[in-house]
Amino acid sequence: MTKYLLLKHYRGGPKPMPNSEAPMEDWTPQEISDHLAFMNHVADVLRERGEYVEGQALSPEGVFVRFDGEGKPPVTDGPFAETKDLIAGWMVIDVDSVERAHEAAAFLSSAPGKGGKPLQEWIEVRPFMTEPPVVTE
Amino acid sequence: MADLGDLLKGFGPQVLGVLVRRGGDFAAAEDAVQEAMIEALRHWPQAMPDDPKAWLVTVASRKYVDAQRSELARRRRELLDGDRPAPGPTEQVDDTLLLLFLACAPALTPPSAVALTLRAVGGLTTRQIASAYLVPEATMAQRISRAKASIRGRRLTEPGDLGAVLKVLYLIFNEGYGGEVDLAAEAIRLTRQLAAASDEPEVAGLLALMLLHHARRASRRTGEGQLVPLAAQDRSRWDTGLIAEGVEVLQSALARDRLGEYQAQAAIAALHADASSAEETDWPQILEWYDELNRITDSPVVALNRAVAVGEVDGPLAGLRAVAEVPADVPRQTAVRAYLHERAGDLARARSLYAEAARAASSAAEREHLTRQAARLHSS
Repeated sequence: MTKYLLLKHYRGGPKPMPNSEAPMEDWTPQEISDHLAFMNHVADVLRERGEYVEGQALSPEGVFVRFDGEGKPPVTDGPFAETKDLIAGWMVIDVDSVERAHEAAAFLSSAPGKGGKPLQEWIEVRPFMTEPPVVTE
Repeated sequence: MADLGDLLKGFGPQVLGVLVRRGGDFAAAEDAVQEAMIEALRHWPQAMPDDPKAWLVTVASRKYVDAQRSELARRRRELLDGDRPAPGPTEQVDDTLLLLFLACAPALTPPSAVALTLRAVGGLTTRQIASAYLVPEATMAQRISRAKASIRGRRLTEPGDLGAVLKVLYLIFNEGYGGEVDLAAEAIRLTRQLAAASDEPEVAGLLALMLLHHARRASRRTGEGQLVPLAAQDRSRWDTGLIAEGVEVLQSALARDRLGEYQAQAAIAALHADASSAEETDWPQILEWYDELNRITDSPVVALNRAVAVGEVDGPLAGLRAVAEVPADVPRQTAVRAYLHERAGDLARARSLYAEAARAASSAAEREHLTRQAARLHSS
C-alpha cells in the first residue's frame, strides 16, 4: 500500500487539453456546481473503496517567505501573477498499486467542465515516501 | 477496570473463531462479536462472569441468530436452520487457523487482507489499524467492510490457502508505519498462533525469520532515527533470547526437510545473527543459501541480495558482475552498485551512484542514509 498525492494545477504541467482551456468564470453557474459535485463524488467513491486519505483546495493567493537572520522579520516576496506553476489543490489516496493511482487520477481528471464535457485536466501523481522494510537482506 | 479493553481484545478473535467454526457467516459473525463486546463493556464492570469467554460466546451467538432472523424476516424468508452456528467445543487453536484462512482469502487485495486480519484475528480496533497505516478511521472502516463483503457467505468448505496467509503476515511484519500499534509484534503474535496450529515448516520458517529480524530491532536505527546498516550495527544490542528462539524454531523446521523461501531467508538471518562481528560473518554459507533461495523464488530482489553475498565471498568486482545480471529497476540496485564500487576503490563512481540511489529511494530514512554515504565520500 502506498500513498499518492494527486495534484491539481491551475498552471504548469503538459499543454492543456482543449476542454480545460476555458477559465471557470466562463462556465455557467450550473456547470460550476456540477464540477464541484463531481469532485465530492470522487472523494466519496474513493472513501467507499477504502482509499481516501484527504483532500484540500488551495487559494491561489500566496507569497514566498524566507529567513533573513536572527532577530529580523521574515522576508516576503510576491505574489507573482505569472508564476509558471500554480497548485490548485490536492487529494491524497492510499492504494494497492501505481496503476490504481493512475486510474484514480484519470477519474479525477474526468470531472465535467464547460458544456459538461470531461475537463481532461492533467493531474500530477507523486508517491509518498514510505517506511523502509524490515527485511532487506 | 482498566484492563477490560485488553481482555476483550484477546477474547474477540477466539469468540469469532467459535462462531465461524460452527458454520456462521464470517462477516455476520464479526458484527455479532462486536455487539457482544459492547454488551460486555456495559455489564462486566458491575458483574464479571465466571467464564468470560463462554459468556461472550453465548451473547455473540444470540446476537448472530437475532441478526440472521431479522435479516431473513426482512427478506420475508423462513429461518434456515443451517444458518445457526451449531453448539460445539471451543478449540481456540484451530479457530485461529480458520479465521486466518478467511481473512487472508486470495480473493482479497493485500491491503484488505491485512486490515481484516488485524481486525478479526488480531483483535485490534478499526481506529488502531487506521492509525497504524496513517489513513482516516472512516477509510479503514470502509476497507474492512468491503473486505468482509467480498468474502460474505464464504464458509470454509475447501482447504484454505496457507501461502496467502503467510504473505499477509509477512506484509504486516515488514511494511507499515506502526504509530501506537506495534505491527511487528502483532505479526509475530499471530504467526506464533498459526505455528501452534500448523505443522507446515514454512510457518515455522516465517516465525523464525520474524524473530531473528525482530531481535535486531534496537540496533537498526540510531537514537536520532538514522538507519544503521547491518555491518555497522551494535551487535551487543541484539536480543539474544529472540535469536535463540528463532534458531530453535528454524532448526525444527529445517529438520522436516521441506525447504521453502521463508526457511531459506530465516537461515540467512540466522547466519548473520550467529556472527559476533560483521567480519566473522560466514558469507560462503550465506551465498549457498541465496543460491537455494534463487532456485525457489527466481526473484530479482533475491538475485540482488545474492550479488551482495558474491561481493563478500569473491570480491567487489565479482559482485558487480553479479549485479549486472539484475534488472536496473529493482529497488536498491543502484545502492548495491555504489557499495561495491566503493569496496573496489572507485570512490568517485561510488559517490555519484550513492547520490543517484538517494534520489530514487522510496523511503525518507533510506534517502537520508544514502545521501550521507555520498556526503561521506565527498568529504573524504
